[in-house]
Amino acid sequence: MNRTRSVSVVAVAGLMASLAAPAMAGDTITVASWGGTYQEAQAKAFFKPTADALGITIKEDTTNGLDDVRLQVTGNAVKWDITELGADECARGSKEGLFEKLDYGIIDKSGINPKLVHDDWVGISYTSVVLIYRTDVFGDKGPKTWADFWNVEKFPGRRALSGSQATETLSVAALAEGVPIDKVYPVDIDGALKSVDKIRSHVDAWWTSGAQAMQLVKDGEVDMASIWNGRAGTLKKEGAPVSFSFDQGVLTADCMVIPKGAKNKEAAMKALAMFVSPQLQANLPLYVDNGPANEKAFETGKIPPDRIKDINSSPENVKKQVLQDPEFWRDNLVEATEKFNNLVQQ
Amino acid sequence: MSAQSVLLNETAGGPGRDLNAQALRADARREQLRLLALLSPSLFLVFAIIIVPIGWLFWLSLFDEAGAFSAANYARFFEQASYIKTFVTTFKVAFIVTGACVLLGYPLAYMLSQLPRRAASICLIFVILPFWTSVLVRTYAWLVILQRKGLINSWLIDLGVISQPLSLANNLSGVVIGMTHILLPFLVLPLYASMKTIDTDCLRAGMNLGAGPVATFRQIFFPLSLPGLASGVVIVFVLCLGFFVTPALMGGGKVIMWAMRMEQTTSLYSNWGAGAALGVVLLVVTLALLGLFQWLLGARATGVWSSR
Repeated sequence: MNRTRSVSVVAVAGLMASLAAPAMAGDTITVASWGGTYQEAQAKAFFKPTADALGITIKEDTTNGLDDVRLQVTGNAVKWDITELGADECARGSKEGLFEKLDYGIIDKSGINPKLVHDDWVGISYTSVVLIYRTDVFGDKGPKTWADFWNVEKFPGRRALSGSQATETLSVAALAEGVPIDKVYPVDIDGALKSVDKIRSHVDAWWTSGAQAMQLVKDGEVDMASIWNGRAGTLKKEGAPVSFSFDQGVLTADCMVIPKGAKNKEAAMKALAMFVSPQLQANLPLYVDNGPANEKAFETGKIPPDRIKDINSSPENVKKQVLQDPEFWRDNLVEATEKFNNLVQQ
Repeated sequence: MSAQSVLLNETAGGPGRDLNAQALRADARREQLRLLALLSPSLFLVFAIIIVPIGWLFWLSLFDEAGAFSAANYARFFEQASYIKTFVTTFKVAFIVTGACVLLGYPLAYMLSQLPRRAASICLIFVILPFWTSVLVRTYAWLVILQRKGLINSWLIDLGVISQPLSLANNLSGVVIGMTHILLPFLVLPLYASMKTIDTDCLRAGMNLGAGPVATFRQIFFPLSLPGLASGVVIVFVLCLGFFVTPALMGGGKVIMWAMRMEQTTSLYSNWGAGAALGVVLLVVTLALLGLFQWLLGARATGVWSSR
């Protein structure tokens, strides 16, 4: 811990020099994220080193997502200077004009996937949707691909998929139909829905939260499920008899924005530049399973080599996965979700 | 009205009596005004925190994403099949849970009302105790008990009663069990209160006139307990319609209720109107059902909540 901290302080000092930012000591900004262990990790990886380096105070808050931002912006009561969102929420909020433009003179976007670099939002981390199965049921011969998951004869057992994230379930449904990972986007929604229709009656639970997905697998209520890699990693660490890999995973990005009308826009911009810098990005996987959005983080040498293979956004693992396209879902989310609901709710 | 005219006829005896009646009426009016003045702060509060927001909710539901006047938020219920399904599910669950609460709660309240005071208060504590535990905790506890590898299934399998685990959680039965447990006190408490006020002399009089225990219960006790039962049923039913946590966790995503749909719709659409319309529909249908209920049961049974 001490070692990492001193490393990051040195790194931050170097970054500061390169930014040549004026001192802004005394400024206070508020950053909102999802809370829980993820935000604790962000606090250690991003917030603390940034506050130390810029001489500002970073206050934390938690968000429920785009609704909160919309409420604050349209109500002229913006509490946050930076907030985290899901990438498709960023794409939607951007269309609604809820965010401030980002200054890429201050924020260095190199190393971040261009799909996650936009006028008013930028990628911050990745979560993967992965296939998990219980090894006490299948040994090491469990379902490895979504086609296996869909194969109820070869892999009998109880199944759970996400019911609340139609985007993710439709992505894996396309993979189950044999669509290659680089052809999943743009998603053929009707084709994916047909695929969901095939598995629908064999799904014993449609989870609506990460905690629920975890509980279903942990308690053996289901034998296989789609689950977020952070939750899957926690299960494994707790010693649950489970196995998962990043093969055919669906990478979903999170992003950060400065809500329109943020009070400390200048300081927020500099803080955000720090958050996405390779040095601080490399801190994140030291504390949590969410991978850095900036691939240059893997070149910093801060991440131990034996850890890299477990990080979903490492160059090696990215190749095995589908990147969920935020702009595709910005345009198709409502229609696809309603169709998905019509299908799933029988 | 007719009582008033009778009163007027009676008091038409002489000028003195007429004056007296006028004075009495003026006095009554003054008292009503005083009561109104006393009530006005709470009336204002109700208006400000209930009527105004509901009006606002209704107003919001009439606008589409672009802020234009439209009925799109309501048309959606008919365009997307899942809304009707959710609506039917919500009322189905509400009816089943209310029925289960009545079946379990009536005998319980009856027993409580017959127990000696001390024993009754101890038993009442057990009824109220779950109130002090969070709904979330109780729901998770039910999951632990009901799921595939939960207590009930593992006991039954160990005892050799069943060979395959029963599907008790992550479906309708899980939702019904969890919600019934949480809502039962809301039925038992008003029912118990009304049963306690039943005059035992009425029951004795019935016995005295030759009615057996069953007839006494059926013809005297049960009708007198109806107002309490009706208020309990209404409270449970209305709470059911807005339930979120238990169906979300116990339903396994297969039992989607209206409140869950509101949450989803509110975040799915970029305008509050989409969610607001769901709220308006639920409110209107619930009020209509309550009206129907009141009409069916008649004024006497419903006297408790629509008290004059």
